[in-house]
Amino acid sequence: MSGLLSINHIKKNFIIDKKQVEVLSDISLEVNKGEFISIIGSSGCGKSTLLKLIIGLESATDGQITLDGKPLVEPSELCGMVFQESRLFPWFNVEQNIDFGIPKSVGAAERKKRIDEHIALVGLTEFTKARPNQLSGGMQQRVSIARALVGQPELLLLDEPFGALDALTRINMQQEILRIWEAEKTTMVLVTHDIDEAIYLGDRVVVMSKRPGAIKKIIPVELSRPRSRTSENFAVMRQKVYREFLEESEITPDYYI
Amino acid sequence: MINQKKKVGNSGVFTELVLPVLFPLLLLFVWETLSARRIINPAILPAPSSIFSTCWSMLTSGEIARHMRMSAFRVCSGFLLGSAGGLVLGILIGLFHKIDRALTLIIGVLRPIPMIALIPLFILWMGIDETSKIAVITVGSFWSVLINTIYGIKSVDKKLVEVAFILKKSRMETLLKIVLPAALPSIFAGIRLGASNAWACVVAAEMIAASSGIGYLVMFAREVSQPDVMLVGILMIGLFGLLIDFLLVHLEKRLLRWNETETKD
Repeated sequence: MSGLLSINHIKKNFIIDKKQVEVLSDISLEVNKGEFISIIGSSGCGKSTLLKLIIGLESATDGQITLDGKPLVEPSELCGMVFQESRLFPWFNVEQNIDFGIPKSVGAAERKKRIDEHIALVGLTEFTKARPNQLSGGMQQRVSIARALVGQPELLLLDEPFGALDALTRINMQQEILRIWEAEKTTMVLVTHDIDEAIYLGDRVVVMSKRPGAIKKIIPVELSRPRSRTSENFAVMRQKVYREFLEESEITPDYYI
Repeated sequence: MINQKKKVGNSGVFTELVLPVLFPLLLLFVWETLSARRIINPAILPAPSSIFSTCWSMLTSGEIARHMRMSAFRVCSGFLLGSAGGLVLGILIGLFHKIDRALTLIIGVLRPIPMIALIPLFILWMGIDETSKIAVITVGSFWSVLINTIYGIKSVDKKLVEVAFILKKSRMETLLKIVLPAALPSIFAGIRLGASNAWACVVAAEMIAASSGIGYLVMFAREVSQPDVMLVGILMIGLFGLLIDFLLVHLEKRLLRWNETETKD
């Protein structure tokens, strides 16, 4: 076990109405190489802000984030990101969108090879020349994942990537991301508010509390893969996470699983 | 949408294709009949048949072509200068907040001035020949391209720019591959407006001071009381304006194919 990403005592304040608001308070987390981490929390707990700090879209008020031992303060080619919206460029076709994810230094032949590999990886070989507005939401998100992976990052951040998809497509995409994770061995950090998704995908589930955002508990998911959402052990895990989650959101559960 | 089109029957073809041609023809027929019965005075409004025959003789004699060529030359040079200027300044204002703030008041004051009001000034500054006319057209097409370019650049989706940022793209690459394509639909709207303004400006400029061009043709025909020639000139202004817009719409469709709303079935 070697730590790839390490988040050390990160603090983030926003200034809202001239007042300092603490969004993240003393976040520390070690992510190992090849690990799949799910971060779960109710809306407003700062989980997306945490990803923005890692990717370099925001800067921390205090604390340090390192990737492979080097401090992360600006975007790095070692770190890719997929957002809730696919954020594809509508004037580019699938191939050109994915090409945008490759650093300039890569030569033409290598580019072509990588693009073809990644289109195949996300299963869109027949749609190479299609424009984003000709694709379904799930397919657009696949292109977005390919664009983030084609630069060959060590770490992939996923910010509620399936949140805008319908339930069936979401389950399908969860299986896809697992397949890609197993094939590419990329370390992944997923932010979600879907408990099942967090358990189904994660090696560990990080539960965050809000105001200020802090890590409440880290729950290892001791379920062998491939996991079944309907198994008894899965239900036990779900209950564990629910308990942390519901305590946090201060809602008395009126049913028990 | 495609299915709906297929369902359009005979009545649809009539409304969509026959009616737009049939109704103007009907109006022309009424007009012709009223003229033939002397209910309309031909010294004020000549009959369509006489306008048509004047038009035909002016076309065959090359008179229209001569004036048209002059006007088209002025429009093209003025429009190219004006829209290029509007595009470059618009990009700068859209990208750099300081330039925007420095120019906002000047633009606010200058933009509402009607082009006609500038023609005497430009004649004083640049004389009565081509330069002043081209300057009027330049300014006339400049504003709409400028304003729409600024708007297009400022309303680029920040989320797409973030993607370029985290992928470590240079400012130039971000501008060329993300910001400009995203602003292009808006820029094109400005260009179309600019082209129709340019065409309106050339006619105005030629009516005030010129010895050739389609605006001059109309003005001269008034002085010598040739209503049919005036109407031919006016008709040509309309037709040429339509032609410019038609060409630009097609260019836009080719360039902005991605911007069409398409649904996957």
